[in-house]
Amino acid sequence: MRAARPKAALAAVAVAALAVAGCAESDRGDSSGSTKDTLIFGVAGDPKVLDPGLASDGESLRVARQVFETLVRPEEGGTKVTPGLAESWTPDAAGTTWTFKLRSGVKFHDGTDFNAEAVCANFNRWYNAKGLMQSPDVTAYWQDVMGGFAANENKELPPSLFKSCTAKDATTVDLSFTRVSSKIPAALMLPSFSIHSPKALEQYQASNITGSADDIKYPSYAMEHPTGTGPFKFKSWDVANKTLTLERNEDYYGNKAKLKTLIFKTISDENARKQALRSGDIQGYDLVGPADVEPLKKDGFNVLTRPAFNILYLAINQKGNPKLADVRVRQAIAHALNRQALVDSKLPPGAKVAENFMPDTVEGWNGDVTKYDYNPEKAKQLLAAAGASNLTLRFHYPTEVTRPYMPNPKDIFELLSADLKAVGINVQAIPLKWSPDYLNATTSGTKHDLHFLGWTGDYGDAYNFIGTFFDRPKDEWGFTNKALFDQFKDADTTADAAARTEKYKALNKAVMDFLPGVPVSHSPPAIVFGKDVTGVKASPLTDERFATAEFKS
Amino acid sequence: MSGVATPGRKKAEKIDRLAELSAAHDDERGVSLWQEAFRRLRRNPAAITGAAILMLFVLVAVFGPFLVPYATTDTIGVREGLVKSGQGIIPGSSADHWLGFDHQGRDEFSRLVVGARQTLLVGVVSTLVGLAVGALIGGIAGAAAGIGGRWGRWIDTTLMRIVDMLLALPSLLLAVSIAALLGASLVTVMIAVGMISVPVFARLLRGSMIAQAGSDYVLAATALGVRKSKIALTHIVPNSLAPVIVQATLTLATAIIEAAALSFLGLGNPDSAVPEWGVMLADAQPYLGTRPALAIYPAVAIIITALGFTLLGEAMREALDPKLRK
Amino acid sequence: MFRFIVRRLLQVIPTLFGLSILLFIWLHRLPGGPETAILGERGTPEMRAAIRRNLGLDEPILVQYGRFMKRLIQFDLGTSTSTKREVTTEFLQRFPGTVELTVMAMLIAIGLGIPLGYLAARRRGTIVDHASVAGSLIGICIPVFFLAYVLKAVFAENLGWLPSAGRQDPTIGATRITNFFVLDGLMTREWDAAADALIHLILPGLALASIPLAVIVRITRASVLEVLGEDFVRTAEAKGLTESVVRRRHVLRNAMLPVATSIGLLTGQLLSGAVLTETVFAFSGIGAFLADAISQRDYPVLQGFILIIALVYVLVNLVVDVSYTLIDPRVRVR
Repeated sequence: MRAARPKAALAAVAVAALAVAGCAESDRGDSSGSTKDTLIFGVAGDPKVLDPGLASDGESLRVARQVFETLVRPEEGGTKVTPGLAESWTPDAAGTTWTFKLRSGVKFHDGTDFNAEAVCANFNRWYNAKGLMQSPDVTAYWQDVMGGFAANENKELPPSLFKSCTAKDATTVDLSFTRVSSKIPAALMLPSFSIHSPKALEQYQASNITGSADDIKYPSYAMEHPTGTGPFKFKSWDVANKTLTLERNEDYYGNKAKLKTLIFKTISDENARKQALRSGDIQGYDLVGPADVEPLKKDGFNVLTRPAFNILYLAINQKGNPKLADVRVRQAIAHALNRQALVDSKLPPGAKVAENFMPDTVEGWNGDVTKYDYNPEKAKQLLAAAGASNLTLRFHYPTEVTRPYMPNPKDIFELLSADLKAVGINVQAIPLKWSPDYLNATTSGTKHDLHFLGWTGDYGDAYNFIGTFFDRPKDEWGFTNKALFDQFKDADTTADAAARTEKYKALNKAVMDFLPGVPVSHSPPAIVFGKDVTGVKASPLTDERFATAEFKS
Repeated sequence: MSGVATPGRKKAEKIDRLAELSAAHDDERGVSLWQEAFRRLRRNPAAITGAAILMLFVLVAVFGPFLVPYATTDTIGVREGLVKSGQGIIPGSSADHWLGFDHQGRDEFSRLVVGARQTLLVGVVSTLVGLAVGALIGGIAGAAAGIGGRWGRWIDTTLMRIVDMLLALPSLLLAVSIAALLGASLVTVMIAVGMISVPVFARLLRGSMIAQAGSDYVLAATALGVRKSKIALTHIVPNSLAPVIVQATLTLATAIIEAAALSFLGLGNPDSAVPEWGVMLADAQPYLGTRPALAIYPAVAIIITALGFTLLGEAMREALDPKLRK
Repeated sequence: MFRFIVRRLLQVIPTLFGLSILLFIWLHRLPGGPETAILGERGTPEMRAAIRRNLGLDEPILVQYGRFMKRLIQFDLGTSTSTKREVTTEFLQRFPGTVELTVMAMLIAIGLGIPLGYLAARRRGTIVDHASVAGSLIGICIPVFFLAYVLKAVFAENLGWLPSAGRQDPTIGATRITNFFVLDGLMTREWDAAADALIHLILPGLALASIPLAVIVRITRASVLEVLGEDFVRTAEAKGLTESVVRRRHVLRNAMLPVATSIGLLTGQLLSGAVLTETVFAFSGIGAFLADAISQRDYPVLQGFILIIALVYVLVNLVVDVSYTLIDPRVRVR
C-alpha cells in the first residue's frame, strides 16, 4: 500500500469539496430571486402528528392552522370569535343548541365538497372515539373542552358536553350540547376542531389507532395525509432533513396564499435559529429570546410582538407546609415579591405585572381586586402576626426550558428567591428538569411549597384561565374551597354572556382575596420575519396565518 | 477475540502502556523515579508553561474569593436598574465593574474569579470520583488476576469486559443519562463527569498492578521474604502513583470541558449562587447576540485552564516514558 | 476463518441480551416517565395514570421486558412514544446524518491533520511546529458547542459563505433513497442536491473535527519524529535519495501505522461530540435525537437505538478483526 496516494486522494477530495462549495455558494446567491415565493420558517420542534384532532403541541397546531380551518376562528391578531367555515351562528333560547350557517362553495384539498354532512362526520368521529382514541394525550383538546365521549371507557372521564350534530341542509348544521357552557362557541376556534375531509378520513383510516402498550401505531392519515380546506396543502414531511413542506392551495375559495411554498424547518436551539435567520437559511422563526428582540429590530428584521395572552404565576401549595394555609402567610409572600423589578429586568419590552390570574384583554378581567404591592416591611409584619417568622419553604423551579410566559425560569427564580430571603423566609432551592421531573413534582404530591408555572390561553374566555387553575381541588395548589368551586360552576353554566362576564369579575376578586398563589406577569412572546417579509399579523393565540405572508421587493 | 488491534483495543493499549511504565523503572525505592522525572520536567518549556498556568489558577481559586470587590450573588445591576437583560441591555466594562455585569446584574469579574474555585472543585472531585471507583474496579480485577485460578481469571475477565464496554460507549450520553437519573445538582455533575473516567482509571490500575507483580524487584523482595503488605506499601503503591497522577492531570482538563458540555445541555449545576465557568458559559447562551463577552470570558478561562492541565500532563507522560523521550 | 466468524457472531447474542436487560432496568429506574413529557402543563395525575396504563408502564417490569423481547425476536423495536413513528424508521432516517457528519469530520481531521503533523515534524522547532502543536492543544481544550457558535458567527452570519443549520436546502426538493443525502444526490444524479448536502456538512464537520484533528496532528508528528530517527531513514538519506522519495517511501509509510489505528478509535468516540454538534447545527442525526429521547423518557427509542448502535459497533469490530487477519498473515485467529 502506498502511503502517499491516500493523502493525495484526500487532498483532491478536499479541493473538490471546496470547489463544489464555491459553485453552490454562487447558486445560493443567484437563486434568491426565483425563490421569492418560498418561505422557510424556523420552529423549535418537530410537529407530533398532522391530524390536529390528535394534537396538543404548538408545532402540530401551527401546521394545522395553515392546512385546516375551523367553523369559527379568532379575528386576525386578536381573540374575538369571527366567521371561519361558518358564516354565522346562533344559540337557541336554552343555550344548548347552536345553529351554524356554513359557507358554500368550499372544497377540501381532495376535491370533495365541504358541507353540513362533513361537519357532522367530523364531530361524530371525535364523539364516538374508541379505545386508544380516548387516551388523554391523543384527544387532549376534545377532552379538555367536551369532557368525555359517547361511551366512556375510562370511568374517571366526565360525561360528554357534546350531544349530537344534525345536518339540517347542505349549509346549516345544529350542534347540541348536554348543558350550557362558557366554552361554546369560543373553544370551537381551537385547531383541534378543524374540519377534515370525510373521504380522506375514511380512506386513510384516521381513527384507527392500533397496537398496544408501548407499541401504539398511528394511522397513515395522521402522519402523511392531512386533508383540510385551508390555503395551504400538505406536500411532504422530510424527517431526515427536519423539514415539512406545504404548498399553495390553488383552489382556495378565499384569497389565495401569496407564497407558493411554505416550509417549516426544525431548529431546536434558540441561538441556532437566530444564526440561521441572520445567515439567510430561514426567513423567520418563532420563540425569539427576549434579549434578541431589540438587536434584531435594530438590524432591520421584522420582529412582531404578540399581545401578551399568558400568565406566569407563583403557585403556593397549602398542603406543602401547614403555615401556607394561613392567608396572612400567602399575603406576606405576595408583598415580599418585587414583581415590577422582575418585569423590568428580565422580561421583554411590553411585559406587565399581573393583577389577575388572566390577561386584561380577556372579558372578565377585574381591575378592582385586592392588589399586593411590593412592601417587604408589611410582609415581615404579616409573617410575624401569623407566627411564621422563621419559615422555610421548598421552592421548585425548572432548569432548562423556555415557555412563552417565562423566557428564563432560572433567572426568575433567582430574583424571586432573593426577594423572599429579604423578608426572612428561608428558601430551599429545588431545581428540576422541566420534563418530566418538574411537571411531575409540582402537579402531584405534597412535596412542593412554592413553584412557578404558567399558561397560554387557548381561546379568549376567562374560564380557560382561572377555571383551568381553580375550579376543582388540584395537587398543584393543595386547597379545597367549596364556595369558590361552586362559584366557578355557576359562572360556567351561565348562558348570557354579559352576566357571565360579571361573574368572572367577581371570581377574579374572590381568587385574589383567597390568594391561592401570586400572579406574576404577562409576557409578550415575539416572532420574527426576514427584512423583506411582510403580511403576517402576530396573534395572541399564536394563530399566525402564513397565507398573507409575502416578500416585498 | 483474536489478538489484533481493533480500535477499541487500541485505546486500552494506550492506557496499558502508561500502566507498564510503573514497572519499567527498576529501582529500590519509588522516590528516584520522581526525582528523575522532575529533573526532566524542569527543562521542558511546555511543562513550565502548564505549571505556571495551573499555579495561577490554583492561587486564584484559593485566594480569589477573599479579594473580589463584589459578592457573587449581589444583583447590583438589576437593583440599580442598569441591567435589563430581558431587553438585551447588559452594560459592559466600567471603572467600578471591570468586566461589566452578567445577565442578572452581578459583577462579572467577581464571578469569574470566584468561579475558578468552583471549577477547580468540580474538576478535582469528579476526577477523584473516577479515580476512586476506577481504582476499586481495577484493584479487584488486578488482585483477582494476581490470585489467578479459575475464579480469579473469571472475575478479572468479567470486570474488564464491562470496563471495555464503558470505554466504547459515547461518554457524553453516559453522563447525560446519569444526570437524568440523579436530577440536576452539583453532586450529579461531579458523579456524571467522574463516571466517564472510571474505565480509564480501572484499566490503568489493573495494568499497573499486573505489570509490577511480575517485575524483578517485587520478585526479589518476595524471595527475600519481605511481607506482602510491605511490598505493596513500599514498592507497588508508590510506583503506581506516577501514572495515576499523570492520567489524573489529563483527566482534570477533560472533566472541566465535559462539565461545561453538561451545563450546555441543561444538566449542569442549576444553583448559580456559587459561579462555575461551565455554568456561566451555558447561562450566557441567550445573550450571545447582545453581549458575547459573557460567553467569551468563561470560555477563554476554561480553554486556558484545560490547556494548563493538558500541557503539564502530557509533559509528565513524556518525562516518565523513556520511549517518548528524545 | 468461517468458524471464527460464526463463533464471533454467536458471541454477539448473549452480549446484546445482557445489554438489553441492563438497559431495561437502567431506563426504567429513571424518575418520571414519557407521560409527563407527552402532556406538558396540561397533565393531571389522572391523565398521566391513564397514559401509563396505555403504554403498559403500570405492569411489572418483567412483563414489560417479556413484551419487549417478544417483539424484538420478530425484529420489531416498537414505536417511539414522542414521535409516534416506528423506532426502526426513526433510526433509518437519522443514522445516515450522523454517519455523513462523522465521515466529513474524519475527512477534515485526516486531510488537515496528517499534512500538518508531518510538516510540524519535518520543521521541528520552527514556528510551523509550534503553531500546529499549540493549535492542536487548543483544539482539544475548546468546548465543542462554543467552537460551533464561533464558526457559525464567522462563516455563516458575517461572511455568508456557508449555511448554518440543517442537512440540505429544503427548496431543492431532493429525492430520498437511502437518507444519505450526498449518496442520494449522486445516485439520482441530482448534482446540486449532493453538492448542497456537502456544503451543509462543512461547518458541523469542522466543529466535530476539532478533537480528532488535534489528536491526529500530534500522533502524526510524534510518529514521524520517531521514524525520522530510525536507521533506515538515515541510510536512505545517506544513499543520496531525494527528500521527496525518502518522505514517500520511508517516512510516511512507516509513520502512518499508529495514525491509522488511532483514526478508528477516534471515529468511535465522535458520537459524543455529535450530540452537541447536531444540536447546535439543527442537524438531523441520532446524537441529538438520543439526548432528546432521554429527557422525553422515550424508552422504545432509547432501547432500540442503543441496541442497534451496540450491534453496529460489534459488527464493525468484527470486520476490522477479519480484515486485519486478511491483510497481515502474522495475525492468526484463534
